Amino acid sequence: MSEIFQKLRAITNDKTLSPKQKAHYLALEAENMLPYPDLDADVAKALEQRVICDMYEGHAPYKPRYVLPDFSVVLKNGSEYLELPVPETLDEAINTLMIAYHHTPSVTGIPVYIGQLDDLLLPFCDGVSDDDLHRKIKLFWRYLDRVLPDAFMHANIGPTDNRVARAILRVDAELKQIAPNLTFFYDPDISSDAILKMATDNIVECSKPHIANHPIHRDTFDERGYGIVSCYNALPVAGGASTMPRLNLLEVAKRATSIADFFDNTLPHYMELNFRLGQARLDYLFNHSNFFTSFLVDEGWIARDRFTVMYGIFAMAEAVNTLQDIEGREGRYGFDDAANALGLKMSEMMAGIVENRPMENVWRGRAMLHSQAGLSTDAVTTPGVRIPYGTEPDPVSHVLALAPHHQFYTSGISEILTVDETVKNNPEAMLQLCKGALAHGFREFTANVASNDLVRVTGYMIRLSDVEKFQACEGSRTNTTALGSEAANMTGILDRKPRVVGQELSPKFAS
Amino acid sequence: MGRPDTHAIANKILTYSIVDGPGNRLVIFLQGCNFNCASCHNPYTIGTCDHCGDCVPACHANALSISGGKVIFDPANCDQCDDCLTICPISASPMVHEISVDDIVNIARTHRAFLSGITVSGGEATQQLKFITALFTAIKAAPDLRDLTCFVDTNGQLSAKGWDALLPVTDGVMLDLKGFDPALHTTLTGQNNTLVLHSAQIAAGAGKLHEFRFLAIPGKTDTAAEISALINFLTPFGPDIRLRLNAFQHHGVRGVARQWDKMEQAGIERIKAALLAAGFENITTPALYL
Ligand code: SF4
Ligand code: SF4
Repeated sequence: MSEIFQKLRAITNDKTLSPKQKAHYLALEAENMLPYPDLDADVAKALEQRVICDMYEGHAPYKPRYVLPDFSVVLKNGSEYLELPVPETLDEAINTLMIAYHHTPSVTGIPVYIGQLDDLLLPFCDGVSDDDLHRKIKLFWRYLDRVLPDAFMHANIGPTDNRVARAILRVDAELKQIAPNLTFFYDPDISSDAILKMATDNIVECSKPHIANHPIHRDTFDERGYGIVSCYNALPVAGGASTMPRLNLLEVAKRATSIADFFDNTLPHYMELNFRLGQARLDYLFNHSNFFTSFLVDEGWIARDRFTVMYGIFAMAEAVNTLQDIEGREGRYGFDDAANALGLKMSEMMAGIVENRPMENVWRGRAMLHSQAGLSTDAVTTPGVRIPYGTEPDPVSHVLALAPHHQFYTSGISEILTVDETVKNNPEAMLQLCKGALAHGFREFTANVASNDLVRVTGYMIRLSDVEKFQACEGSRTNTTALGSEAANMTGILDRKPRVVGQELSPKFAS
Repeated sequence: MGRPDTHAIANKILTYSIVDGPGNRLVIFLQGCNFNCASCHNPYTIGTCDHCGDCVPACHANALSISGGKVIFDPANCDQCDDCLTICPISASPMVHEISVDDIVNIARTHRAFLSGITVSGGEATQQLKFITALFTAIKAAPDLRDLTCFVDTNGQLSAKGWDALLPVTDGVMLDLKGFDPALHTTLTGQNNTLVLHSAQIAAGAGKLHEFRFLAIPGKTDTAAEISALINFLTPFGPDIRLRLNAFQHHGVRGVARQWDKMEQAGIERIKAALLAAGFENITTPALYL
């Protein structure tokens, strides 16, 4: 007991966390005093050795990891439970959304998805002048950053060129806030060149938004649509993801005796254990936690059968390099054709296994492969299938080396391309790089500009100036700075060649 | 030795460049220059190798050899130490390769989705005028490539006749001027500036002068006389002429110019202020001072 008391005390007395942040970590510690859902011995051992990982989501999953409410429901019907009438004006619509966000559960307690904002708000914009729209969005944006300060909170816009999307892009570049994160859906058949240029000009300005390859995502999901949430997770709207068990490919590779052994035995073995870890957590959530008795289900914001499982993998670079070492080959991941081919073979094989492994209480009965961006406590490993920090080739070679992987990671994959600051004199270059990456099958285009204060660590944004302040022990208003500075200290993330740098990243209290 | 007009000697090819014209560009750096600027930041592109062989023993990595009186370069062994560049008596490089129009067209094709255009640079690109004319003609003739803009980055040392051949297939010219005072220009480059100034007028007259660049060197080209000559020369081109001020830096420079002062940001801002006051609106200054 004294050990847990010490830990709780360290949280309550922490100098930098806000009371709300402390309450979050305290609740997590309490949850973790409960016994873990039943795991068989093999799964338990692999989890303990962190070959597989539960993202420290907690011992008693009582909420899905990511929830993507269909906010159009509350805008259309109001809410009986929340005693909300049907909104009629833009002010009422925004106010309804602001209330709805507070009832959206997530792994961090802050919503990761705030909706396809242009689709949601456009019907309320008739008769609203551009000036008024701009002012209202600006206030909305300020509210989001100050009240829900987490870089994992994600807004979506596009693919059409419309007034709301334009107003949001304009406000986002003006305010340069960490929150919300933003993705523009790009479809070459629908989006205008002008709005894409506006989006890529914003990247030059503040390293946001992400650009999603809409045709590819659209075809992966169904009519009810998808959302990009948290960092760059693509998930069904009116559902989400229940959990994300993830596999550390480096640890798997270390347990192989040869490349053949890796593909024939080690990888399939640990993949199966990771499925079982996920299923155990799902069973608890669906059969014991009573989550799905929520009004969110009754009123149709979410549906019990629209939650997928994100099958996370990371540290491909280190896994490939380890296997290369075992075979006595020098070629490194990201630079050598044979090493790159080995990585691609892993992606292809994992996608096949995920596609053929049924799971219960999962959307369409199958998990979705995800190239996972990492936690602030991951040392030595590189997010997903990325090329290690500080060694990336130029952005075009980078895209060409990694593009073939993208088809396999249906619930999300992203590379952060670092572009040096000379792009500020030449923003057309950002537009062209984006078009090139998407044309080559990238599901998502994400770039950082070297000199921007607002930078991306793995999938979320932090302000470099906030990290400096935080490390000087002043604390930070935003949840993600704590994560970001932990990540920067442990993982060398700011070594990312000139690279731009969220609660989800630091799921545990780091004493 | 005759080389077909469809071939050229290249020092380097980049498939990613955001500093050589609008957007992301495929850049071909051709070897050899007809100026000899002390301020050059890649002097090893000036000379053309005469296969003297001096650099071969200097290579510690066995990347250079002589065969049939010619220096052969093996990129697989090279670790980019640049010792061969330092030793070369004529500012040439053994690490060059012959390229053809077809080679470049193929590279442009594989990288098409990422490219806004192609830029030939150098060295002095227009020294291999027939090659670049053939290349640009081929790009314009290919339905899948014709939207790529073709730019040339030049010191301007090209005759009117040369421009007659090149301009019809060129979308944009980026021209560097090293100084207005003829004697100063000769000291800085080894040539006078008559052709250069004329070239700028020809390109501007055709509506194709994409960018005029001026290299500011402290005590040499940042003087009041030079800046007022710059203003007088550019005025006929109109206030929206795209003007880039480059600051002399030591990076890559060798020889006497190492002793010259670097151009600081304050000096560049001062020149920019004078140009703004003269009505020019489109002035780019360095993103970085090294
Ligand atoms: S590169 Fe220079 S040193 Fe080497 S052979 Fe050619 S001219 Fe001689
Ligand atoms: S740079 Fe020149 S000297 Fe150095 S390894 Fe390459 S060829 Fe040899």
